[in-house]
Amino acid sequence: MRVLSLGRWLRAGLVPPRGPASRHSGDRHSGHRPQAPPQGPAQVLLQKVSVEVLEHLEQLALVDFRDSEGVERLQKAIQFADQLHEVNTDGVEPMDSVLEDRCLYLREDDVTEGNCTKELLENARETVEEYFVAPPGNIPLVKLEEQKTYLQGSK
Amino acid sequence: MAAMATMVAAGCGGVWCRARQRCARWPGPGSRPFLRAQRAVVCNARGGAVSAGKSGLAPWIPVVGLEIHAQISSNSKLFSGSRVQFAAPPNSLVSFFDASLPGTLPVLNRRCVEAAVMTALALNCRINKKSLFDRKHYFYADLPAGYQITQQRVPIAVNGSLSYSLCIDNKMSQMVTKTVRIKQIQLEQDSGKSLHDDTRSQTFVDLNRAGVGLMELVMEPDMCCGEEAAAAVRELQLILQTLGSSQAVMAEGQLRVDANVSVHHPGEPYGVRTEVKNINSIRFLAKAVDYEIQRQIQELGNGGTILNETRAFDSKLGCTVPMRDKEGKQDYRFMPEPNLPPLILYDAKSLPANMNHQQVINIDWIHERLPDLPSVKREKLVEQYGILPEHSFTLLVWQQDQNCNSSQASEDGLAEFFESVVKQTQMKPKKVIGWILNDLLSYLKQHSLTVKESPVSSFLLADLLNLLEKKEISSTAAKRVLAELWKGEGKTPLETVKEHKLELLQDQKELEQICQAVIDGQENEVMAIKAGNRKVLNKLIGLVQKKTQGRSNPVLVKQLLEKKLSE
Repeated sequence: MRVLSLGRWLRAGLVPPRGPASRHSGDRHSGHRPQAPPQGPAQVLLQKVSVEVLEHLEQLALVDFRDSEGVERLQKAIQFADQLHEVNTDGVEPMDSVLEDRCLYLREDDVTEGNCTKELLENARETVEEYFVAPPGNIPLVKLEEQKTYLQGSK
Repeated sequence: MAAMATMVAAGCGGVWCRARQRCARWPGPGSRPFLRAQRAVVCNARGGAVSAGKSGLAPWIPVVGLEIHAQISSNSKLFSGSRVQFAAPPNSLVSFFDASLPGTLPVLNRRCVEAAVMTALALNCRINKKSLFDRKHYFYADLPAGYQITQQRVPIAVNGSLSYSLCIDNKMSQMVTKTVRIKQIQLEQDSGKSLHDDTRSQTFVDLNRAGVGLMELVMEPDMCCGEEAAAAVRELQLILQTLGSSQAVMAEGQLRVDANVSVHHPGEPYGVRTEVKNINSIRFLAKAVDYEIQRQIQELGNGGTILNETRAFDSKLGCTVPMRDKEGKQDYRFMPEPNLPPLILYDAKSLPANMNHQQVINIDWIHERLPDLPSVKREKLVEQYGILPEHSFTLLVWQQDQNCNSSQASEDGLAEFFESVVKQTQMKPKKVIGWILNDLLSYLKQHSLTVKESPVSSFLLADLLNLLEKKEISSTAAKRVLAELWKGEGKTPLETVKEHKLELLQDQKELEQICQAVIDGQENEVMAIKAGNRKVLNKLIGLVQKKTQGRSNPVLVKQLLEKKLSE
């Protein structure tokens, strides 16, 4: 699910529009594996914007790409997800849940849970008088210039 | 001061003068807090606060939009079966789902959906028969799952309106009705509570509140000043409390308001807006909004720019300050909530035949059972009892959100009290209302009591008013009796009257004798009256009152004196 959203996000205006080679509607049916999208131009462009995009991703998801293999993995994941664009979805409503035909069960407004303070606090490394203890607020991330990560070296 | 001059309101002359005087003692941002009586920005009656000084500078139009979170009044939480309760031992009202333990799933609470539908109907919204749930991701210690389940794409209701009234002048004699559009109403989860311990660099987290159902009401930026915002929120509070969908007590965090404020010149696009949070009462809401408007006008007047940021209202200083944790724009990475199918609501036409009754929410069924909204109740009171619209407002206002210890609901049940008194007395409602709003209410406020706690019951008050109506006592005497009754010693009005000898003199002859005695004793005054100075008559009436120890009917005394003087 997360890969999906990344792919859509990165696509927006950053990757060149697909050539006609990958947009076939009725021709390609089952049994025929879709062509992988052209590698060359996408990769070049990705490297150009990668630092800003990846820095943003690191901040959002609190992930450290650490080395070129990590970034390469990301690139491959996006390419894998891009295969979805082989399918023509004109006029088809997007599905956002496999449960869309199910009935949403409505629960009666009764109190049936709670009162398990001790059990819950057992999971916490640190507690104070039945409160969970967390670091203060949101610690601002160190700026990219001061970071010693892979991205530094890729500039 | 030139920048200050631009804040001065144009409009009718009186308003301008008042504002100019106010301007002269204007504190700058960050200095002394506003005095209570001052209104920072005056909206003219046509709507849209405008300031144009004689300096010829272009006026500023403030734009205010509110985002309101109302905690749903229910027994259990939105997606789990743990209890909803204010002030309980920390982490005692938390289920495994609320703590976001793996393997738990959300199960929607029917009562929360009904509360949202009721609110949407009361606010004239279009209800989406199919609405969807989404996840809004951000990291914070009091959000254990790392996301909040909300309704971002297709909320439960859209396009409504809220009508509210405010008085144009300070005397509450002229009320004008305004409307603010509701963009949408959505169901969402509340987060837990963080208690910051800055000295030891740590935060304590209590998840009792995590997962409680909220209705988020997003309003369009149709308002222009703090007063309008405050009036709109008061009316919304009243509506929510009448429906029972939320208790809407700001002091207990059941109603949270964030204000979006910007200013721009007429004809130009909207300016950059700032979001103001940490507003804990309706009074502070008005102050915060007005302060922020002024701050932006000053900043732009000095050639600065407004950052699109989140600011917190500091109630002690009366100003807004940038918030620590909210630097930079957040990307919430919205995605559909995979564990919840769409929420389907039905009406009489679309009701499915074979479904379990408990699994079906029928909008029309709820619509039929909506209680009378405050605006309807007010109209009924005015029509039935002939009281003024302003009086109907005071009768119905539920709770004055105040920044002091006692936010008692002294007007709670006042309308019922009034109606009860009217039933039991012969006095006309128009006169009764004066006793309720002036006398009874001031006693209640003085002693910080609710209507239910009043030592004077509606029965006692009706009894007293009957004595007054039958002219057995004067109105001054009646006020004295009320003061005695307030002591709650269990005496009836009649007993009190007799005890303090407050009955009006009924003996005409005795009264005539006293009047004659006064006339005889005041030769100069009598001559003045006979010479044409009628005002001196009041002095004679006063003397008669003194002699009778306030037990004479002033109207009767005047008649008698006039008769004697003309002889």
